[in-house]
Amino acid sequence: MHPNLSFEQAPPISVPYRFFVTAPWFGAAAGLLLAWLGPDALVSRWAPGALAVTHLLVVGFMLQAMCGALLQFAPVAAGGNVWRPRLLANAVHPLLATAALVLAAAFVSSFGPLFIAAASIFAVAIAAYVVVVGLALRRTPAQGATLMALRLAVVGLAVTATLGITLATGLGNGRSLPLIEITLVHAAWGLGGWALMLVMGVSYFVVPMFQLTPPYPLRLAKALPLALVLVLGLWSWQLTGSAAPWQTAVLLAGMLLAAVYAATTLVLQARRRRKVADPTLYFFRGAMTCLLLIAAFGLWFAVDAEAGADPRAAVWIGVLAIPGVFVSAISGMLYKIIPFLNWLHLQRLGGPGVMPPNIREMIPARTMTGQMWLHFAAVAGLLLAVLQPLLTRPAGLLFAASCAWLGVNLAGGVRTYLRFRDRMLASAATSAS
Amino acid sequence: MSQPTQALRHHHKHCDDLFAEAEALANAGDWTACETANAKFLGEIEAHFATEEQVLFPAFAAATGMSGGPVSVMLMEHAQMRDLMGQMTAALKARDGNGYGGAADTLLILMQQHNMKEENILYPMCDSSLAATAIDIGGALGERLEGACPR
Repeated sequence: MHPNLSFEQAPPISVPYRFFVTAPWFGAAAGLLLAWLGPDALVSRWAPGALAVTHLLVVGFMLQAMCGALLQFAPVAAGGNVWRPRLLANAVHPLLATAALVLAAAFVSSFGPLFIAAASIFAVAIAAYVVVVGLALRRTPAQGATLMALRLAVVGLAVTATLGITLATGLGNGRSLPLIEITLVHAAWGLGGWALMLVMGVSYFVVPMFQLTPPYPLRLAKALPLALVLVLGLWSWQLTGSAAPWQTAVLLAGMLLAAVYAATTLVLQARRRRKVADPTLYFFRGAMTCLLLIAAFGLWFAVDAEAGADPRAAVWIGVLAIPGVFVSAISGMLYKIIPFLNWLHLQRLGGPGVMPPNIREMIPARTMTGQMWLHFAAVAGLLLAVLQPLLTRPAGLLFAASCAWLGVNLAGGVRTYLRFRDRMLASAATSAS
Repeated sequence: MSQPTQALRHHHKHCDDLFAEAEALANAGDWTACETANAKFLGEIEAHFATEEQVLFPAFAAATGMSGGPVSVMLMEHAQMRDLMGQMTAALKARDGNGYGGAADTLLILMQQHNMKEENILYPMCDSSLAATAIDIGGALGERLEGACPR
């Protein structure tokens, strides 16, 4: 059998796009909820409001965008042909969106049945997604560090969801569970084993491609995902009920791995042969800088026991990780993916010789750059709000505004696609008649 | 094992550099220098395509009996890239920075995906089926570069 060289297995454009256009609005909702909750919201990661905001972001924004992106990326970059992608998206997209809202409502209201409902919806959506995408990645004849990271990311998603469903069910039933330990392991798998693993796998592929950088060193590219899984496995030891004294060392090892990945990416980007910069590059640099800051503050909080014991320490790391690393990286990727996919699909529609519109007409560079600066200002605002709770409301509003602007920009890109598609179809119909 | 396609792999990187140079000049609005850089880039990439289309792909088809499949995908992508390079040249003539940059953005992604597919899949297939022959891809590329970009 000859390896597949075509893009024919790429899913219909509506498959990833539905996830991309809805994701930013969950970020906007998270910002508004933060503003509504006010100064108490960011004082501790365990505050119900903080948990609601967190899950609007990690499920509503991150998980949605990443699930959509992986449906596009797995076949194109790793030869993983997804079975019936449209059917899968039809099922998973509304379920994830609903689950994010129900879970946030459960945290805000502390109403048990809502936790059970959220857990049930997640179980169906994630099980379907993990089985179908996992099989696609299992069966591909391709090889390499990207594929390895993508496969591990899907495992990470399964572990995260299993623990999350356990937690939500426990909260819903009022059953006695070691909630803190399970939450610590759940969060580590979600942010490290799924989200960071996926970003790594994708960046191995796109960072050299978008900016003409040298490739990631192969040994490092393969070692990082494996080491990350090892660290997460050791971190999960606390689920046995005995919090071992070496857990802090495991946490630091995980942060060190993240720092090595971030530093490597920044060095490669500094050595890029392409001289022209774009918002995607700046978003990625912002994300990697936040990842380095996480490692630096993680080290500080481990060494300085007083600072580490402050409940705001974990919130600080959370702000750096979720809006800082992941919302930045995802925004940068979406600004690159949507214009290119628009072009690719329009090009196919037009056939040879018929050129689709210029890629720069899809989402104007000026609005992307403006939104990017607002986003970074919002991340800074959220960090300041951790230190000064009175700033929580303005920071929440700022973040809501930047996510809404992202949503408007992405929707504009999709509208441009539809407009040109209709025009091309109409002119094809005219010339045929 | 000998690698008949070695010269083409190296030449991909060289074309990347020429692309980056032309794109940066257009971005800076230095159109006069961009004209030279763009012509150099187009000449080299055309020589690269010609080497593949006139020498490598026919030799591969003769050795394996495969003329469709991967080769036809590569040829289709060559056509897509030629269209985009035509847009870049037209934008250059019109001194249209946005037009040039947009076509260049698109070309870069297409070109990188195309190169990856060649380097990871098609070239290894060519190398294994042509290793025993006396084919000289590097020489063929050199001749075409001489023709495209006389020194």
